[in-house]
Amino acid sequence: MKEDIRQELRSQTRKRGSGFNRRDFLKGSGAAAAATALSQTAGVLEGSPGSSSSVIGPEIQQMTLNVNGQNHEVRAETRTTLLEVLRYQLKLTGAKPVASDASCGGSTVWIDDRLASAGSTLAVECAGKKVRTVESLGGESPDAVPQAFVNNDAQQCGFCTPGFVVAVRAFLDANPNATEEQIRSGINGNLCRCGTYANVIEAALEVVKGGSRG
Amino acid sequence: MRPFEYAAPRTEAEAVGLLAAKDRQTEILAGGTDLIGLMKQMIVTPSRVVNIKEIPSMQGVSQTSEGILIGAATRLEDIARATLLAPYPALADAIAGIDSQQWQAQSTLGGELLQRPRCWYFRSGAGLLAQNGQKVAAGDSRFHAIFANSGPAKFVSATRLAPALICLGAKARILKPGKEDPESDDPETQTCLVSELYRTPRDESQRENVLSQGQLVTHILIPHGKELANATYEVRHGSGPEAPLVTAAAALRIEAGIVTDAKVVLSQVAPQPWNSREAAESIIGRPVDLVTAEEAGRMAVAAASPLKDNRYKVQLAAVAVKRAILKAAGQPTGGI
Repeated sequence: MKEDIRQELRSQTRKRGSGFNRRDFLKGSGAAAAATALSQTAGVLEGSPGSSSSVIGPEIQQMTLNVNGQNHEVRAETRTTLLEVLRYQLKLTGAKPVASDASCGGSTVWIDDRLASAGSTLAVECAGKKVRTVESLGGESPDAVPQAFVNNDAQQCGFCTPGFVVAVRAFLDANPNATEEQIRSGINGNLCRCGTYANVIEAALEVVKGGSRG
Repeated sequence: MRPFEYAAPRTEAEAVGLLAAKDRQTEILAGGTDLIGLMKQMIVTPSRVVNIKEIPSMQGVSQTSEGILIGAATRLEDIARATLLAPYPALADAIAGIDSQQWQAQSTLGGELLQRPRCWYFRSGAGLLAQNGQKVAAGDSRFHAIFANSGPAKFVSATRLAPALICLGAKARILKPGKEDPESDDPETQTCLVSELYRTPRDESQRENVLSQGQLVTHILIPHGKELANATYEVRHGSGPEAPLVTAAAALRIEAGIVTDAKVVLSQVAPQPWNSREAAESIIGRPVDLVTAEEAGRMAVAAASPLKDNRYKVQLAAVAVKRAILKAAGQPTGGI
């Protein structure tokens, strides 16, 4: 009898697993919302607003964002953050919304090769700049840092992991021979509620031992 | 966030014109680590945001005839690395304490100096004075002021770099809108001491700094002739980007082993950076050692008036002053 119930539960789980994907669902509803928003008139940003003294907004602006080496035409209000554009328009969901004041490092990206929190940066500030996200470290042959995270089981729930991967990559780029103590202090701008710090530090040390690029 | 207009001017004069708009509530966007969070929480609701990071003249560290000039939009990580600032380790000490490579990369000097208080009543929308100080007096005051807290303002000044700059006699260059037509007249320049940027507000209409709408701090100048031994020491609760419990900076002139001039400034203890004349007077005329530094720390807090929940900060402030003095003199602090 008990075995029957277990089987029933297992098959239900399988069904749910095959027919429904949380991320696809979210993407679908997000697209609908975006379509509604875009039906309003949009301003067009000529060139880079980074060098414009004219006042724009608050209505939707069209702008070109260079993310991971590719230009994307996006439409965003002046109050839209870079993080919102990355996640909800460009489907780059690596950077995460965690703290509103960016004190957790969850949305860490590079803007013109300088670290920044996408969640505390406006999208309009980034037009004309080069944005690089954690996705640039993935792909067919991933960077040594995400590979070391896998090797060292350096994640639990995984929500903070992309932020940690960018932070570790940036810290080791600046300090290729970092000691354990330096790594501990260097990645203090990232918080992990599961407490996976020990494995993150092991992963970083593995990258150091294998050379700065593994 | 509430909707707002946005501009990113290329010159200081343009920025002042945009900020001075009479029919707009304007805010200066520098690194954004403070302002964007406040706007998300709708604690600050500007109708126009002016990004000052695209103004080339406000970037970088340079040597001038008067002293070392730092652009207010210079990133903290660039200040920490600047060789011109090597004689002023108090600045790099304070930046190292911020302990988040993201914040060090994103935050600017001007933004750090003029960040809003971290008071949790202010940050939860109760206003800067939180009902004329009543909320703090009746509520949880563990992170509030231990000096100058008898008025309505009981929050603490959040800046971590001002103590070092004030110790070094640094000045702020402020650009102000022209008198006749604030939006288009040529702006005027004014210089004041960094310590004069701050004030203790008396009512909700005032902020914790003296700048009115349209005024922009463009540069900080560390004048020559202040070759003093200097350091910043912070007492922090653990590591990470969290605000420290006490920041203390000391600048000492030491001749033949005796302190002949001294300045000691604290932050996180009063509604504005706290210049401790008592600590400075205590150490002047004496050599720096464990006994004299400890005595200076004791003198620094002799007039403290802690609130219900922050008596512990009195001891931390005394220790921070002692260790800042020892660190400035190149001696072991006994701490980390």
